[in-house]
Amino acid sequence: MATQHSRAAARLMISPAVILLFLWMAVPLGMTIYFSFLNYNLLIPSAHNFIGLQNYDFFVTDPAFVTALVNTLVLVLGVLVITTVGGVLMALLLDRPMWGQGIVRILVIAPFFVMPTVSALVWKNMFMNPVNGIFAWVFHLLGIQPFDFLAQAPLFSIIMIVSWEWLPFAALILLTALQSLDSEQIEAAEMDGASAFSRFIYITVPHLTRSITVVILIQTIFLLSIFAEIYVTTNGGPGNASTNIPFMIYSQSLLQFDVGGGSAGGIIAVILANIVAIFLMRMIGKNLEA
Amino acid sequence: MARRVTTRAKLTNTIIAWFVGLTIFFPILWTFLTSFKTEGDAVAIPPKFLDFHWTLENYIQVNDRSDYLLHFWNSVVISVGSTLIGLAIAIPAAWAMAFVPGKRTKDVLMWMLSTKMMPAVGVLVPIYLMFKNTGLLDTRIGLVIILTLIDLPIIVWMLFTYFKEIPGEILEAARMDGATLRSEILYVLTPMAIPGIASTFLLNVILAWNEAFWTLLLTAANAAPLTAFIASFSAPEGLFYAKLSAASTMAIAPILILGWFSQKQLVRGLTFGAVK
Repeated sequence: MATQHSRAAARLMISPAVILLFLWMAVPLGMTIYFSFLNYNLLIPSAHNFIGLQNYDFFVTDPAFVTALVNTLVLVLGVLVITTVGGVLMALLLDRPMWGQGIVRILVIAPFFVMPTVSALVWKNMFMNPVNGIFAWVFHLLGIQPFDFLAQAPLFSIIMIVSWEWLPFAALILLTALQSLDSEQIEAAEMDGASAFSRFIYITVPHLTRSITVVILIQTIFLLSIFAEIYVTTNGGPGNASTNIPFMIYSQSLLQFDVGGGSAGGIIAVILANIVAIFLMRMIGKNLEA
Repeated sequence: MARRVTTRAKLTNTIIAWFVGLTIFFPILWTFLTSFKTEGDAVAIPPKFLDFHWTLENYIQVNDRSDYLLHFWNSVVISVGSTLIGLAIAIPAAWAMAFVPGKRTKDVLMWMLSTKMMPAVGVLVPIYLMFKNTGLLDTRIGLVIILTLIDLPIIVWMLFTYFKEIPGEILEAARMDGATLRSEILYVLTPMAIPGIASTFLLNVILAWNEAFWTLLLTAANAAPLTAFIASFSAPEGLFYAKLSAASTMAIAPILILGWFSQKQLVRGLTFGAVK
């Protein structure tokens, strides 16, 4: 039983983590909010005057913002569709009896451990390059015109690269969930004459729903802040065809030195992420009680 | 009762699964092979799969022409350093929340998780300016601080889910037998907690090693870890595929090996215990 004494000790043990995280949350975020109301450009160090919501107005009415917002949504949704559908198929495949299952699993999970800058540059140069890339060679063999992936379809190419990085994550989590499915349930259904299709729809799918939700929510958090892949491949271009919100904020604040505008963009990104976060937190919170 | 599987079905599964697995793995294999090619062979069309002149020249050149070892060392210091400091702060916190849960433990845990939801760009500007004004820009210590704070919620959560699985009855039994608090921690809890701490350590080193937002934006020549060093290949001069491949192979090999060991913990760690 917890005594008065051990409670005090527990509070003492928890406080360093809580205080640090509180400072990490409150101080920079508070500063971002403060900056977002200022006319603050690093090139004009003297002027820091209060301009109200003008930065937000400027950021949101910039046509580039709408493009970036749409790009962000397309990127997140594209990768989510590819990785969840691919992940379910892959998990079902890997769950079947076969020789060398452990090795296949190792091969499939590998891309997740590759750092984003390496994945992006390897794909960009050795696969998607219109002259020396493997795809150019395959296209040539098939008699198709070479295609400059990152110039002609930049966002699609980035979706491909990011999907390759995240497919293993979805597959591994769904496989873990699948393996916890009670095989007796399936056998019982089988004996009662349920077809393979209805076994899948009525037993496997409901069992996987929770894990699929978790996969989608966690990936969304990470996918909303994709940055490195864009930074080393297209630099947001051509034009702003592959600029997402994080990249736009980066370019606004660190390339154009517009601290105020970049901060307003940062707050918008925080609001977007929070909408997703609320759902994720509810899921995990429920699990904590169980 | 094991389900009957025909050899034929098993063979079909095996062929499809290996085909899919090798396709997904191919870019990594290709990078590995290219790292042993001459630059000429690396861009050859049709591509040379195994019949090329094998050479270690790229590994030597990458090390000679750049401070590869410095960047590698930066990655080690930043990932291991931030993980160890994170563990030092998180172990007591997770221990207390798992064994002396109070009314607000759940709220504290959820709140910690919520800090992880804050996108990095939301605080990019103030962190950048703070680093610039305090001289932390392009220093290893600066990155260790940032990554410790970013990873702290995951570390606390992972440890918490592991510690919670240690049965409380064991502690009571030890107490009945007259164990002091010190020997309780030393002889009963520590041995049971070590596997969980080890997996948390492993997963977090992997995550920190591959972190590519702050490491790209807060470093230049001195503190750049491998993520940022590899990014410098995005604006190359001349032929560079073989050298990029050699640098990449060295950058991902250690983590790939660590990662394969920690597959199971990965699921649990990244889903905050929601999928085990």
